[in-house]
Amino acid sequence: MGKTHNQVGTAHRTAEAPLSVRDLWVEYVGERGMVKAVRGVDFDLRPQESLALIGESGCGKTTLGLSLIRLLVKTASIRQGEITYRRDNRVSHVLALDEREMRHFRWRECAMVFQSALNALNPVLRIWDQMYDTVRAHNRMPRAAVRQRALDLLRYVQLEPERVIDAYPHELSGGMRQRVLLAMSLLLDPQIIILDEPTTALDILTQRTILDLLKRLKAELGFSMMFISHDLSIAAELADRVATMYAGAIVELGPVNDIFYRPAHPYTLGLIRAVPTVTGEFKDLASIPGSPPDLIDLPPGCKFHIRCPYATGRCREEEPTLVPYYGEDHTVACFYPDRVRRDADAMWEQHSNSRAGDT
Amino acid sequence: MAEYLIEARNLTRTFGSRQERVTAVEDVSLGIQEGQVLCLVGESGCGKTTTGKMLAGLLKPSSGQVLYRGRDVQTRDKDHFREYRLGVQIIHQDPYASLNPSHIVHKILSAPLLRHGFAANRRQARDRVVELLEIVDLTPVEDFLTKFPHQLSGGQRQRVSVARALTVNPSFIVADEAVSMVDVSIRVSLLNMLSRLKEKLGVTFLFITHDLALAKYFAWEGRIAVMYVGSLVEVASTPQLINDPQHPYTQALLAAVPEADPELTRHKESVTLRGQDIPSLLDLPSGCRFHPRCPCFEEGLCDVERPTLTPVGDGRYVACHAAVRNMGVRR
Repeated sequence: MGKTHNQVGTAHRTAEAPLSVRDLWVEYVGERGMVKAVRGVDFDLRPQESLALIGESGCGKTTLGLSLIRLLVKTASIRQGEITYRRDNRVSHVLALDEREMRHFRWRECAMVFQSALNALNPVLRIWDQMYDTVRAHNRMPRAAVRQRALDLLRYVQLEPERVIDAYPHELSGGMRQRVLLAMSLLLDPQIIILDEPTTALDILTQRTILDLLKRLKAELGFSMMFISHDLSIAAELADRVATMYAGAIVELGPVNDIFYRPAHPYTLGLIRAVPTVTGEFKDLASIPGSPPDLIDLPPGCKFHIRCPYATGRCREEEPTLVPYYGEDHTVACFYPDRVRRDADAMWEQHSNSRAGDT
Repeated sequence: MAEYLIEARNLTRTFGSRQERVTAVEDVSLGIQEGQVLCLVGESGCGKTTTGKMLAGLLKPSSGQVLYRGRDVQTRDKDHFREYRLGVQIIHQDPYASLNPSHIVHKILSAPLLRHGFAANRRQARDRVVELLEIVDLTPVEDFLTKFPHQLSGGQRQRVSVARALTVNPSFIVADEAVSMVDVSIRVSLLNMLSRLKEKLGVTFLFITHDLALAKYFAWEGRIAVMYVGSLVEVASTPQLINDPQHPYTQALLAAVPEADPELTRHKESVTLRGQDIPSLLDLPSGCRFHPRCPCFEEGLCDVERPTLTPVGDGRYVACHAAVRNMGVRR
């Protein structure tokens, strides 16, 4: 996979992951007790890859994203775990950085594009002021040079730079604001960009321009990208690898085609079954019975067992961990991946039969 | 011409003052036969909800008529107006905002039953409430009767909204983005429940959504109407519209929508638009509203003459000069 054309750093060229997360636990203090929002998450963000984190609301995906740049609210704490960042053979432990180092890490190494472009921008400042502030917080750079870089980036994300740079956020449409945020995240040339629901709340045609833009930026600039979405179609469109999250844990992680066409976790399969396509064949849909568990009072064993058609006595007692499934790149946390896989195969086969029958 | 249960004739709605007037819906005509589904799709701000509210009687049209069972609803006939108001219900998008937070489910559902005489007394009302909760799959019923809305999940709340709409035995329901705020994994069961109402109770639906995949799934046997900045641009049966769209805007939407299938979504043919910006309602383009973005733009025609919704056979309608010409050649 295209790992060769990067000119920014040398460390990128090695197989070493710019970001590794190990056994990360995050909790919130709630009125009724501790909310276990992230439970023992392990993953690597690889050089220049696009990793999708999918799951339903309240599964901990945004918390996970925020904990990577330590922007959690005060009521949240990282209980345990390790986040390792690598660039040009330098290694830093994100959770051990002090405030000053952390400020450096945020935005220069790892930028985040927040959900809801309307709230992420300061409504009383012009775009230029917000961009200048961002750079000033990190770098001593002459004003004129910052201005030039800001204009270049705005043009790069297909905005009219002269018009947008002196505009207030309310003067811009949702899609334009999202592009401004993208340009801002690129200001300091970070190695990693985290995007939280990058196209949610945008109209279809606007969403398409953002998706195409993200693809182009990633191909040309060679950063690693992790994006958080509840929308499977965004993952299908953009991701190299997909991680499915349920009740605070990653339950399946693998290359995008494995996750969609050969899923081995019942929750992943359930999600795929629940989403219709527009131009694809008409497929039978099914929802997942029940609703996601309460993160304060989690059930014993596998957290999905209550909603799972494959659950057995073992699932009610023991929580499965992520283990390799058919090759090391696909991992799944389920005791019965073969059964799920068989049903997934049957689903896609029926799908392709109806495709053949139709034409 | 077929008899429509509900029909809009040249509906127009403007908002704002004389200085700053916005036409949210312009000259929309559509009809739905009893027991049928019509999906209204379009991007945010295109006038879908305004159209739905006018059909449901929640907004008065600035001009044009709404006909219920063939009669104008704005007549002075009290009985007919009452029949219309009870016969037409709306399910709002946000189940967090549309249920009274200080009432328990039983009260939310029994109030309209008693108010409109669908139950003679509390005993009857309670029986009917139980029945309604069963229809919307909120079982065991006892678990839900005394719950407040905040004790329910989004999906459960939306089911209560549906049950409330059913209290007055409506024949027509406007479902305004009724499932878009619900999590993916339970969306389908909500849609299936609505489909069942359609089949078992013969309820007619106007299903408003921005999500083409949902429209396709819910209304495969029905029709889809596509709206763009206040006007209908294409109306066709769902399979026709999805498989063989005629209006360039519909074609662009279908090409742009990402799909939950990697091979399918990555091998879509793209449609390149001439412009990105959705026109402001305060400053609408001349001629065809879509011409500044349209890939089939013809100078001197599209920017001058506004295309009207024209029948092109098989019950389809399209508002595009080029598409109408092509369809004519093909036939």
